[in-house]
Amino acid sequence: MRTHPLILLAVVAAAITTVTVFGQSAPTPPATPAKKPRHADAALDAHAPRAAASTAVPAWLVAGAASAAASPAGTASPVAVQRPAADAPLVDRGRYLAAAGDCAGCHTTQGGAPYAGGRPLETPFGTVLSANLTPDASGLKSWNADQFYRAMHEGISANGDHLYPAFPYNYFAKMPRADTDALFAWLQSLPPVANRPDRNQLPFPFNIRSLMAVWNLLYLDKATFAPEASHSEQWNRGAYLVEGPGHCAACHTPKTVLGGPKTGRDFQGGAFGTWFAPDLTPNARSGLGGWTHDETVAFLRTGRNAHASAYGEMGLVVQDSTSMLSDDDLLAMATYLGDRVASPTLSMTPPDTATMKAGEAIFVDECSACHLMHAQGQALAFPPLAHSANVQQVDPGTALHLILAGAQAAPTRAEPTPFTMPAFDWKLDDRQVAAVATYVRNNWGNAAPEVSADDVAKLRAKLKFDATASGHTKATPLTRPGPNTLGTADTDSRDNGTPQAGRAAPAGDGGASMPAAAASGG
Amino acid sequence: MAKKLPSVDALMIGFGWTGAIMAQELTDAGLNVLALERGAWADTSREFATTFAQDELRYFWRHDLFQTTAHDTQTIRNDASQVALPMRKLGSYLPGTNVGGAGVHWNGQTWRFLPSDFVARSHNLQRYGAAAIPDTMTIQDWGVTYDDLEPYYDRFERLCGISGKAGNIGGQIQAGGNPFEGPRSREYPNPPMAMSYPPALFAEAATGLGLHPFPQPSANMSHAYVNPLGVRLEACTYCGFCEKFACGNYSKASAQTTILPVLMKKPNFRLRTECEVMRINLDASGKRAVSVTYVDASGEEFEQPADLIVLCSYILNNVRLLLLSGIGAPYDPQTGQGVIGKNYAYQITSSVNLFYDDKILNPFIGAGAHGMLVDEWNGDNFDHAGLGFIGGGFVGVVQTGARPIETHPVPEGTPNWGGAFKKAVAANYLKSMSIATHGAVMSHRGNYLDLDPTYRDVYGRPLLRMTFDYTDNEHRMSDYLTDRSVDIARAMKAREIRVNRRMGSWDVVPYQTTHNTGGAMMGVDPSTSAVNRYLQSWDVPNLFVMGSSAFPQNPGYNPTGTVAALAYASAAAITQRYLKAPGALA
Repeated sequence: MRTHPLILLAVVAAAITTVTVFGQSAPTPPATPAKKPRHADAALDAHAPRAAASTAVPAWLVAGAASAAASPAGTASPVAVQRPAADAPLVDRGRYLAAAGDCAGCHTTQGGAPYAGGRPLETPFGTVLSANLTPDASGLKSWNADQFYRAMHEGISANGDHLYPAFPYNYFAKMPRADTDALFAWLQSLPPVANRPDRNQLPFPFNIRSLMAVWNLLYLDKATFAPEASHSEQWNRGAYLVEGPGHCAACHTPKTVLGGPKTGRDFQGGAFGTWFAPDLTPNARSGLGGWTHDETVAFLRTGRNAHASAYGEMGLVVQDSTSMLSDDDLLAMATYLGDRVASPTLSMTPPDTATMKAGEAIFVDECSACHLMHAQGQALAFPPLAHSANVQQVDPGTALHLILAGAQAAPTRAEPTPFTMPAFDWKLDDRQVAAVATYVRNNWGNAAPEVSADDVAKLRAKLKFDATASGHTKATPLTRPGPNTLGTADTDSRDNGTPQAGRAAPAGDGGASMPAAAASGG
Repeated sequence: MAKKLPSVDALMIGFGWTGAIMAQELTDAGLNVLALERGAWADTSREFATTFAQDELRYFWRHDLFQTTAHDTQTIRNDASQVALPMRKLGSYLPGTNVGGAGVHWNGQTWRFLPSDFVARSHNLQRYGAAAIPDTMTIQDWGVTYDDLEPYYDRFERLCGISGKAGNIGGQIQAGGNPFEGPRSREYPNPPMAMSYPPALFAEAATGLGLHPFPQPSANMSHAYVNPLGVRLEACTYCGFCEKFACGNYSKASAQTTILPVLMKKPNFRLRTECEVMRINLDASGKRAVSVTYVDASGEEFEQPADLIVLCSYILNNVRLLLLSGIGAPYDPQTGQGVIGKNYAYQITSSVNLFYDDKILNPFIGAGAHGMLVDEWNGDNFDHAGLGFIGGGFVGVVQTGARPIETHPVPEGTPNWGGAFKKAVAANYLKSMSIATHGAVMSHRGNYLDLDPTYRDVYGRPLLRMTFDYTDNEHRMSDYLTDRSVDIARAMKAREIRVNRRMGSWDVVPYQTTHNTGGAMMGVDPSTSAVNRYLQSWDVPNLFVMGSSAFPQNPGYNPTGTVAALAYASAAAITQRYLKAPGALA
């Protein structure tokens, strides 16, 4: 299954070799400041004062301010985030947009300098290292706002190379020039960091960047976001954030074999590495149908709500992106997502009783201490499994990932406690994991397809594969210590760690210089 | 040659409860704070996960959370006539190591000392006259009162979400609480834990005898709790693995579950683990600490300068580092002069086992501080006239669990091994319980800490030598508590009881408590104390010494609540006064 995209894209690549070679022979010249703007809203010179821009800001861009009264009750935050006003300094607006777009999520490595790039992004086609966005020579120092706009809209680098859609320009294309200019201004204000990751690690034929021209024909809509007059400003603001900078569909919409979004399946959940990004449609079982808008806002702001905790990649999204947005903007996103077409409800045959019985025994022994006997969970700490959307996804990937590798709930300022699901990879075999997952997915009113031991074996193998292939441990077993155990722990523990950690240094080193007589001579 | 590192505003030596509390307070005050911990990084998520945290063999019997004696230990003797020998296997007490220190494997019994405990010398003199305190008993007043500490006790209880029932709010006695406790400003932040059968049986019998049983104040959560830092703790599962274990359920307050999620994220805080401090370096005047020398896990030596140094390690390491660094005058038991190492004290415990035929007690249901107690015979809650001792302790049933390897209560006369032993264990495991006594130890002239003349640690530094034994005061007091326990046990109508008195000299086995105290005591007079009432060194004013090393003697309660309250009080003095005018605090 996983190899299909590679094979198919290889076939496509072979069929269009002429085009791509032709394209390579005549690369687009690097854009210059003199280049004509491509879009009406890009008519602003990158160096022009921003006052002019503020008067031209469309209503959906300021919906956050306009709908302040709609701020959800009961979610007042001790660390409330304000969205910069439309006439705020360019860099301030850019900082906010960088958060909305979760740029740091991909462009910062674990423990690395912010936005200096180099994070390995695993795609079905191979690993892509993210670019350095800081204004260093190895980053965006030589870029201008036109080039940045083109990259965001067309996926074309300053030097004319095609970028891979691992950089989700097919979503960022929705952003108007005013926003990409603000973002660019902010990125240019960052401290420059020298880091030139090897950005061309994909195997043939995907190393032929110009192939992406074909991908763009299939999947890239260059039109910037246009609000729908029939909907409220709040709805339009949410639509812009979700469809544009937020690029939620990049993970939450299922993909074609070419890595493009599947038509008509918007937000129905998609496989993402070793995770399954869950259904965000209003489906009451597997989607957000059981969540109020306020609960969605709480999840995005704090990483927790009564139903779920943010783990894994979504944990990073909450930490780096959604927790940095205003409640108004989060409510706008919830409003828009709540107005999508619900995913179809599957009809399921209940699992056999032997499997359920086996699963129940494991659940009682291993799960009930935290999730409690009726899987009702403990509020904002150990999520309920009963009626959990995450548990009931069509694809059990995330549930299995959590059981096998464990995961830490993303600590945020509002919810700093790093509650952790422990890893069971070393404790439960494939059959046991399948049984307990099936039980949890089909008890207390839950219903979802049965999990087979084979499903577990495949993910187990994949988790190991990821850990070695990428050189960084994605599925870190939570049975070992590590510097990131508590969010962004600033500990030197591992830096000075040795196999003898916590034990004796070689005897005698200090002894000669520390005679007892001197020591007790006070 | 030690590599010299850039200076920091404040340096914590050791990163357990007091290190975390102090670092949290000092970073809040804007200081650039560094903590050095000799052990490794340790966190609930990975090191204490529920999938393996309840491993009795690994953690208790193989000491996975404790100090390694091959690295550092104490030499032990009962009196100065003996030659002290190194303790090569931990037993009586279990010093922790790693981030969180012994606060990771504590039970969570979180007490306030009695108001009279803080004025033990003057109070007893006043009530019982000079004859009550023999010349060899070197007890002192603390220089700080219960009322001084009340707000800081309260802070720690709020931090931890202590489960309990107040017995005295603002002077008003509260039904169901401990009527003997000092007045508290408000109720505990969490209701008491739910009681299992054994503590409930004890409470019923005690009430019948006219006593006032109350629930043990507990750092095990009766209910989920969000502390003032926004950190969450979850309801205890009563799994019975607190004592000697870390909690994987986020249900026991520790630095990890209350402070670190916030502290570790602060840009002005840094922690270096696996860095063991060798000594505190003074300037030429000997009046100012300028740096510490530490060795990292690879054996490399560093000098870390700091403006303010806070000694936050375990009491035994605190005293040893002071001695190794030549700070303060070492105590001389011959002359009684000097203070460092003086007034070392401990705890004295005993128990009474009860065996039933008709009651299934399910002793494995437990938590570290899950019990019902009476405080009628603690401190000076009762008239000691004619008893021949001062001090006291609490008595009660604390059902900490009944780990299978450790727990094999058998009636008197059962063989220690073989078929009859196994049969007796099987017959009695579910049907037995124990009343424990937990008594004070007064300080005595002959009980002290100093540097061993012979034995060295892995770095070549002299080991700490402990010279300690119980005196008549302790034995009489403990026997008195044991007798009271027998009275209650009889009222509980068990089939039979087994009395386990504390007999003879103190020994390094078996496990008793990790409540070592003294050696750097606080007080009002530099000639009789090592630190002032703010835990500031009299000799080196930019050095503060936390922990139970400050206790002039050891009252009849577990020490952590008071250790933490003293740390908060010290932090307040530092941030509100010392930082504005660094120097000796009057």
